[in-house]
Amino acid sequence: MILFWILIIPLAGGLLAWVAGSRGPYAARKNKLISRWISLISLAVDMVLVVCLWLGEPRTVLPAGEAWIAEMSQPWLPALGVSFHLAMDGISLLLVLLTVFLGMTAVISSWSEIERNVGFFHFNLMATLTGIIGVFIAVDLFLFFSFWELMLVPMYFLIAFWGHEKRLYAAVKFFIFTQLSGLLMLVAILGLYFIHGSVTGTYTFDYFKLLGTPMASSIALLLMLGFLAAFLVKLPAVPLHTWLPDAHTEAPTAGSVILAGLLLKTGGYGLLRFAVPLFPGAAKDLAVFAMAIGVIGIIYGAVLAFAQTDLKRLVAYTSISHMGFVLLGIFAWNEIALQGVVIQMLCHGISTGALFILAGALQERIHTREMQRMGGLWAVVPRLGGTWVFFALASLGLPGMGNFIGEFLVLLGLYRVSVPMTVLAALGLVVSTVYAVWMIQKALFGINREGWRIPDLEAREITVMGAMIAMILWLGLYPQPYLNTAREGLASLQKITRLTMQAGPVQLTDQVTDPSTGPSKYPSTTSGGTDGKH
Amino acid sequence: MGNIDLTALSPFMILMTAPVVIMLAIAFRRSHGLTFALALGAVILAFLSLLYSHSASPYNVTPLLVIDGYALFFSGFILLAGFFTILLSYDYLKIHGESREEFYILFLTALLGSIVLVSAVHFASFFLGLEILSVSLYTLIAYQRMNELCIEAGIKYLVLAAFSSAFLVFGMTLIYAEAGTMEFSRMAVQLTAAGGIRPVFLAGTILIIVGIGFKLAIVPFHMWVADVYEGAPAPVTAFIATVSKGAVFAILLRYFIYIDMPRGNPIVIFLICVAVVSMFAGNLLALFQDNVKRLLAYSSIAHMGYLLVAFLASGKLRVTAVVFYLVSYFITTIGAFGVVTVMSGKERDADRLDDYRGLFFRRPWLAGIFTAMLLSLAGIPMTAGFIGKFYVVAAGVNSVLWIPVLSLVVASAIGLFYYLRVLIVMYTPPPGLAEAAGHSMSAMSAMPMGTLALAVLIFLLLWIGLYPGPVLEVITAMSTFD
Repeated sequence: MILFWILIIPLAGGLLAWVAGSRGPYAARKNKLISRWISLISLAVDMVLVVCLWLGEPRTVLPAGEAWIAEMSQPWLPALGVSFHLAMDGISLLLVLLTVFLGMTAVISSWSEIERNVGFFHFNLMATLTGIIGVFIAVDLFLFFSFWELMLVPMYFLIAFWGHEKRLYAAVKFFIFTQLSGLLMLVAILGLYFIHGSVTGTYTFDYFKLLGTPMASSIALLLMLGFLAAFLVKLPAVPLHTWLPDAHTEAPTAGSVILAGLLLKTGGYGLLRFAVPLFPGAAKDLAVFAMAIGVIGIIYGAVLAFAQTDLKRLVAYTSISHMGFVLLGIFAWNEIALQGVVIQMLCHGISTGALFILAGALQERIHTREMQRMGGLWAVVPRLGGTWVFFALASLGLPGMGNFIGEFLVLLGLYRVSVPMTVLAALGLVVSTVYAVWMIQKALFGINREGWRIPDLEAREITVMGAMIAMILWLGLYPQPYLNTAREGLASLQKITRLTMQAGPVQLTDQVTDPSTGPSKYPSTTSGGTDGKH
Repeated sequence: MGNIDLTALSPFMILMTAPVVIMLAIAFRRSHGLTFALALGAVILAFLSLLYSHSASPYNVTPLLVIDGYALFFSGFILLAGFFTILLSYDYLKIHGESREEFYILFLTALLGSIVLVSAVHFASFFLGLEILSVSLYTLIAYQRMNELCIEAGIKYLVLAAFSSAFLVFGMTLIYAEAGTMEFSRMAVQLTAAGGIRPVFLAGTILIIVGIGFKLAIVPFHMWVADVYEGAPAPVTAFIATVSKGAVFAILLRYFIYIDMPRGNPIVIFLICVAVVSMFAGNLLALFQDNVKRLLAYSSIAHMGYLLVAFLASGKLRVTAVVFYLVSYFITTIGAFGVVTVMSGKERDADRLDDYRGLFFRRPWLAGIFTAMLLSLAGIPMTAGFIGKFYVVAAGVNSVLWIPVLSLVVASAIGLFYYLRVLIVMYTPPPGLAEAAGHSMSAMSAMPMGTLALAVLIFLLLWIGLYPGPVLEVITAMSTFD
C-alpha cells in the first residue's frame, strides 16, 4: 500500500497546488507562494516514505520474489488480465528516490523563474513526477504503458507554456516522437500479450507472468524492436535523439531538470526492466548493434556538445553522450556493467539536473544562453562559478565524483564483453573533457566583455546546489549503499534472463515455432507468480 | 401482434408517439421550454422502456426487426447521445431565435430512425431506418434557414445522401436477385448453400458498402463531411458525427456478422485499403485546418478508419472493440461539439480557431473539458479514447492485421499534431484579457443545459478512462450474438 501512497501523494499535492494557486489568471503573490510550498512539502513527505522503505528492515519475502521490497496488486480490468500491480525492487527504489529528489530541486529552482500560472505549473510538474514514479514501479505492462504515456502530457504543457523562444516547436516535436514510439511499444506489448495468451491460455499483462514467454526468435526480435523504439527514443540513442536538444533547450529550468534527470532514465529503466528480460535471446542478437549505437552516441554527443554555443543545448548534447554509457552497460549485461548503469543513471540525473539549474539561474540573471556573450563571470559570481566548475568536472567523470564510478564500472563490465567497444567508448571520456573544460573556459573565464553585474546564488539556490554536490560526492566516494540496494534487483534480472535462455534454446535459436513445447518450464523461473497480495 | 411484440417494441412506440404529442402541443401552445421538456421526457422514457423490452429479448418482431442485446445496447447509447444533444440543442436554440419547437420533432424522428437501423435484420427495415434518419437530418442540418452555410450544407447532404441511398438500394437488389431473400439470416444460409460468395453478391455488397461509406464519410466518400459539419448547427453536427454514424456502423457490423467474409476476400481487401487511406487522409487534411468544426470533421474520418481496423478483426474482440470504440467516440465527440455549442454566439458558431485563443484564461473549466476531449480523441491514457484505441489495436494485433495497425500507429502520431495545435491556442494568453473575461461571464450563464451535459460527459470520459470494467462487462454481455 505504501507504493500507492508514494505514487499518489505528488499528484494530490499537485492538485492542491493548482487549486491554491489559481485564483484568477494572475493570482496574488501569496497564492503563488502557497502553491510552491504545497508542492515542496508533498514531495518531502514522499521522500520520507521512500527513505523509510529504503532503511526499513527486515524485509518479508513478497509474492513478487526475494529481490522486491514492496508490492501491491489490485484487479483493475480483470476481463483483460490487467491489474493495478506495483512493485519496487532496489533499482526502482533508487530511481524513485532520484525522482523525488530532483522533483524537489525542480520546485525550488523554479521558485522565482515561474511567475505565470504558478498553480497550473506545479500541477503539471507534479503530474509528470507521478507519471515517472509510476513508470518506475509499475509491473503490469498495461499500467506501465499508461504511466509512460501519462507523463508526456504534463511534460508537454511544461515545455509549451513556460518554455523559451521556440517552445511550441520543441514541445510538439517531443510529444510526437515519444508518442509514436510509445504506440509502437503498445503494439509490441499487445503482441506479447496475445502470444503469451495463446501459448499458456492465460491472458495477462503481468510482467512476472510474461517473463519467459516462449516464442520464435524472429517474433521475439520484432517485439523487442517495438519496445526498443520507445526506450531508445527516450534514452535517447543516436538516430532517434533529435527531439532532445530542442526539448531540453526550450523547456523551463524545472522542465529541463525533469527531462534530462528523469525522463531519459525511464528509457534506461525500460531497457533494464522490460526489453532485455522479456526478450533475452533477441537482446543477445541485437547486443552488438545496440552497443555500437551506444558508442556512436557517446562520441557523437560529445563532439556536438563541443560545437554548441547555446549553454543549455550544450548540456543537452552531453546527455546524449552520457546515456550512451547506459546503453552500453545494459547490453553488456553483466553485474559490474549493470551496477555501473544504475550509478550512471543516478549521477547523470543529478549532475545534468544541476547544470540545467545553473544554466537556468544564469539565464534568469543575464537573459541569454549564448556562451559568446558570457565570459568573465567567475569574478562576478564566484559561488555560481564554483558550483558550475564542480558539476562540469563531475560531468566529465573526474574520480571522486559519482559519474566516474558509473562510467568506470560500465567500462569495466564492457571490457569483458568487447574490448574494441570499450576502447572507443573510453575515447568519449576524452572528448567530454574537452567540452567540459571548453564550457567553463568560455562562460566563466576570460574577459567580461558585456560588463555583467549580476547577483550571485542566493540562499535558496545554494541549498539546492549543496544537496546536489553532497549527493554526487557521496555517490563518488562511498557508492556502496547504492550498489548494495541495487544488487539484488540486478541479480534477479540476470537470473531471469539466464534461465530463460537456458530453458528455451530451441525457441530462441530455431526459426520454427512450436508453441506447444516448453511453457510448463517457465513459471518457476520468474521467482513465483504474483496474485493479488499486498 | 401479441403482447410480447408490444413489449419488445415499446421504445419504438414511445419515440413514434412523442413527435405527434409534441406537434399537438405546439398547436395549442408554442413554448420552447415545454417542447424541450416533452422531447427530453420522451427520450428518457424510451431509454427506460429499453429495460422493459429487455425482458422480451431476444425476440424477432416480424422478420424485419430483432430486439436482442446488441440492438438494445446500441439503442440505449444512441438514446443517451440523443439525450445529451437535446440538452445542447436547448441552449443553442434559445440563442438562435425563430421556430425552435419543430427542431425537437425532427430530432425524435431521427432517433427513431437510428434505433430502427440498429435493430434491423432485413433490407427493408435497414432502408426504412436509414431514410427516416436521413430525411430528418436534411431538415435539421438546414434548420437555420437564413444562414447560407447552413442551407449549403443541407443541400449538399441531401444530394449526397439521396445518391448514396441509390447505391444502397441497387446493392440490395443485386443481393436479392442472387440470394432470393432480404433477411440477413436467410442470406447467410443461402450463401453457405451456394458454397461461397458469388460475383453478383460481391457486387451487391460492395455497393452497400459504398452507400454506407457515404454515411460514415470514409475516404473516398468523405467529400461532404467538412462542409456539412461546418454548416450545420453545432448540436446537429454532434448528432451527425455520433448517432448517425454509430447507427450505420452498427448495422454494417451486424450485416457482416451474418455474412462472414473470409480473409483475402476482395471486400476485406477493399475495406483494408479504405481504412488505411481514411486514417491518413483524415489526419493529413486536418493538420492545418483553422476551423474547429472542419478539423473535427476530418478527424472523424480518421476515427472511422480506426474503427474499421477493429471491424476487420476477427474473433471475440471484434464486436467488443467496435462497440467500445464507438462508446468512447460518442462521449468524446459530443463533448467536443458540446464545447463548440457552449462557446457559440448568436451570429455564428464558435468554429474559428481564434475563438479559442486564451480560452483557458477566460473559462478555465471549459478549456479543461475541451482539453480532456481532445486528449481523448488523441488517445491519451486516463481518457475513454485511450481504452477505445487500446481495444482497436488489440483487436488488430490479435487478428494479425499488421498493415492497418501500423498505419493506425503512424496516423495517430500525425493526428496528435493538430490536437496539440488546438490545445496550444487555448492556453496562449490573448492580448485583451480583462475585456474578454467580462464578455464570457454572460455567455456562461446562458448555457445551463449545455454546461450540465458537459459536466456529465467529462465525468463519463474520465470514469471510462480510469475504470472501464463495468462498462466493459455490459458491452461483452450485450454484444454477444447467438
